[in-house]
Amino acid sequence: MTALARSNNTIYARFMGPWGRYVVIGVPMVFLLLVFLLPFLVVFKISVSEMETVYFKDLLSVKDDLVVLAFKYGNYISLTHDALYFKAYLSSIKIAAITTAICLAIAYPFAYFLARSPAERRPALLMLVMLPFWTSFLLRVYAWKMLLADAGVFNNVAIALGLASEPLKMMNTPFSLVVGMVYTYVPFMILPLYANLVKMDLRLLEAALDLGATPWQAFWRITVPLSKSGIIAGSMLVFIPCVGEFVIPELLGGPETLMIGHVLWDEFFGNNDWPMAASVAVVMVGLIIIPLALFNKYQAESTSAAKS
Amino acid sequence: MTPTAGRLTSGAWMGAVYVFLYLPILTLMLFSFNASPMVTNWGGFSLRWYEALVHDRELIDGFKLSLEIAFSTGCSSVVLGTLAALSLHRFKRFTGRTLFAGMVNSPLVMPEVIIGLSLLLMLVSVQRLFGFPERGFATIWLGHTLLGMAYATVVVLSRLQEMSPSLEEAAQDLGALPLQVFFLITLPLISQALASAWLLTFTLSLDDVVISAFLNGPGSTTMPITIFSRARLGLSPSVNTVATLTVAVVGIGVLAASVWMSRAEKKRAQEMAAAYRKVD
Amino acid sequence: MAHKDSKGSGGDVAPFLQIKRIVKKFDDVFAVDEVSLDIAQGEIFALLGSSGCGKSTLLRMLAGFEAPTSGQILLAGQDIVGLAPYERPINMMFQSYALFPHLTVWDNVAFGLHREGMPKNQIEERVTQMLDLVQLKPYSKRKPHQLSGGQQQRVALARSLAKRPKLLLLDEPLGALDAKLRQRTQLELVDIIEQVGVTCVMVTHDQEEAMTMATRIGVMSEGKILQIGQPAEIYETPNCLFVADFIGTVNIFKGQVEVDEPDHVVIASADCKHYVSHGITGTRGMGVHVAVRPEKMSIQTETVQDADRESPAEVGFNQAQGVIEDLAYLGSLTTYHVRLDGGSVVKVTHTNAARHGSSAMTWGDRVYVWWCGSDVVVLTR
Repeated sequence: MTALARSNNTIYARFMGPWGRYVVIGVPMVFLLLVFLLPFLVVFKISVSEMETVYFKDLLSVKDDLVVLAFKYGNYISLTHDALYFKAYLSSIKIAAITTAICLAIAYPFAYFLARSPAERRPALLMLVMLPFWTSFLLRVYAWKMLLADAGVFNNVAIALGLASEPLKMMNTPFSLVVGMVYTYVPFMILPLYANLVKMDLRLLEAALDLGATPWQAFWRITVPLSKSGIIAGSMLVFIPCVGEFVIPELLGGPETLMIGHVLWDEFFGNNDWPMAASVAVVMVGLIIIPLALFNKYQAESTSAAKS
Repeated sequence: MTPTAGRLTSGAWMGAVYVFLYLPILTLMLFSFNASPMVTNWGGFSLRWYEALVHDRELIDGFKLSLEIAFSTGCSSVVLGTLAALSLHRFKRFTGRTLFAGMVNSPLVMPEVIIGLSLLLMLVSVQRLFGFPERGFATIWLGHTLLGMAYATVVVLSRLQEMSPSLEEAAQDLGALPLQVFFLITLPLISQALASAWLLTFTLSLDDVVISAFLNGPGSTTMPITIFSRARLGLSPSVNTVATLTVAVVGIGVLAASVWMSRAEKKRAQEMAAAYRKVD
Repeated sequence: MAHKDSKGSGGDVAPFLQIKRIVKKFDDVFAVDEVSLDIAQGEIFALLGSSGCGKSTLLRMLAGFEAPTSGQILLAGQDIVGLAPYERPINMMFQSYALFPHLTVWDNVAFGLHREGMPKNQIEERVTQMLDLVQLKPYSKRKPHQLSGGQQQRVALARSLAKRPKLLLLDEPLGALDAKLRQRTQLELVDIIEQVGVTCVMVTHDQEEAMTMATRIGVMSEGKILQIGQPAEIYETPNCLFVADFIGTVNIFKGQVEVDEPDHVVIASADCKHYVSHGITGTRGMGVHVAVRPEKMSIQTETVQDADRESPAEVGFNQAQGVIEDLAYLGSLTTYHVRLDGGSVVKVTHTNAARHGSSAMTWGDRVYVWWCGSDVVVLTR
């Protein structure tokens, strides 16, 4: 049956009856509007509110027969004035970018080899990659604390073997942070890359080789461009959450590694300055909105591609 | 590059990545049996930390709470995720579809601090207006469901897309009403995806730190929050014991599942071969 | 060919299935463009065309999976356009069979009967009857993946007949089978359908399938029905160039009408002049196509004898000389590709009646090709 034979809305759309359609779409839609979208609007509102001892003051108030709209944009001003915030944003993006790049460098060859390995072994190998993912991520990050600490396993082993005379300072540095980030996010990069590479038609490579390309050329000119969507998906899956990471910097980062997630946490739990935390969040969302849109576009494309 | 050199490189690279992935976990597990209170100095084999775990009220209570929340999250995520997946799969055009798709997919990548903060601020505002909800079980469950729903939708949607549309059409052609089609045909066929979505969201919820931290209230401290606060302060052997137990449970579960699945696959392949051997 | 007496579209009783000016538009494209058809009860009607011609869309509208943009579909007098698929007395056999993988053969066939609310014992009787019809009773406890392709098809057929529908729809019924199985299954399928006596509309791109199975064929292209008729009519009397070319192989000459008489026509083309022994609706000077089937042509190395001709008027017409450019020996017959002196290449099919043909023609031989005026079809569009 040709693609033309099927209209855009299936029989469900026609014969489910209006209530059926409304329920199926409506329930998740309402849930998302209330639990995802509405909170964002609230965050924005709070970011321009004044903070009272425990809670925030309302934007609109009536005082002496006067309607007062108190729009405190001062929070955003301090964001730009205080170098701390700017540095934090910059450093978050930098670290997220480095993490993404390293993850890509590690994951791409891995996904490639995995996709080319014998078919019977792939499910088992894939499962071995997923297994760490199923065990708690918190525990795995903690494990690196154990490994990299001054009195940690690596240092103890190095000293015992005589490789070092005194403990290497690995903990609470950008190094430990990036190691922890890469460790946590590498599976997120492997999976979309693998999914993409495994579906690639090997005959394209055979054709390229037949036409005189060397394996290296075939790789760069055929394989890599075709895996572009996998690369983008994986990169977004790593970069965007990394920007706002909190737990890993908290456990493995140090004074040199300032991340915006940490700043937000401190403003909220530390300073109890909700409007400030909210404005930090709003700017963070602004930063990731473009990668986020890219990710959504990719998801939509892969949904429609799967249909045809 | 010769085939053997290629195989060596591939094996070496993959092996290195596996070592990178598993070394920390295995180290964690090993040191949970460390007799010495100095976590990273091996002092001999001992089960003392496991004994200590039994008396660790904080951790055990936290675990119970996490389990309850995770269970509920699994159920709610699967229901909402299935509805969302059905919407995206069946209805190609409806008002707000792009917004809907964006909202469903975004929690997958959105930093948890943002989700946690925004949800908390909203819940606080609601509480000021209506007097409820108090932060605790329900609020954590809400946040986890938002996240879980995003994952569940991806899993169920991909299964729906694999399924041939003719099956549902055939059912309707034979007289089944749309609701009957869903329960008699669609549901049985996506049941495996539903199960794995449940498992995935259950695990996610059990493991979550940030959202739980923002949305919890007095008396509702989950296990990950406890572990996190301990880990912040330094190294603690109780964490190692939890790690070992978790890995053991997950490992056994995954192993059992894959053995069961490969047996089912073999049986299926045998049946198909038998069908084709018979001359029509 | 189906042996049933084919009831044509005429008669005083209203046709069983009436498709009236059905249109289906997807955005700006007309998938089905004003199709009107009448199908008699008990007929096996084939919609024949290549991909994208609209036949599948038309079938889906009959089943209820698509709603027509405009038009009516009357089944036994009732307009079914507004009815949902599960409300129509129509059942469909899908190209992919669409057997429910989690149900046994028995449950698959019984599915529709359960939905109807049929009592248990009746269901048992009916399902047994259906499985016996397709000879799959011993397999009733199996699941679809435990069956071969041919067996799955028979289950699909049994399932679609179980509810005794008023209309049976077949979507490329033999598309998924390999060639050998296809030939045998074609006739089996027709036997079963005729045994049950159900009216049937089938969709296919395979002309052999359509010609073998259908009582009448409708050739479709770009959303329109070009010609409706019995297989022989379609083959021997195509009404347009597309149909002539689509069905079987054909030789087409482009030419102009030179002589236009009520009882005969002469058309001049680059290779020869054609004498057609009947009149056409056309005028002198009109550009037309002349179609001659390869098996209607004769090929020989000797000159054409006047005595061989049908009528003296044809002498000098309907013949040409050329050189054998290519030949395909197929055992029972040989197809010669002859490049005529006028430039065109024609295909001539020659039965190898004698074991050692006295004049065994081969590549490069100079030959005469000729045919009769009554075997010529003039195509005005």
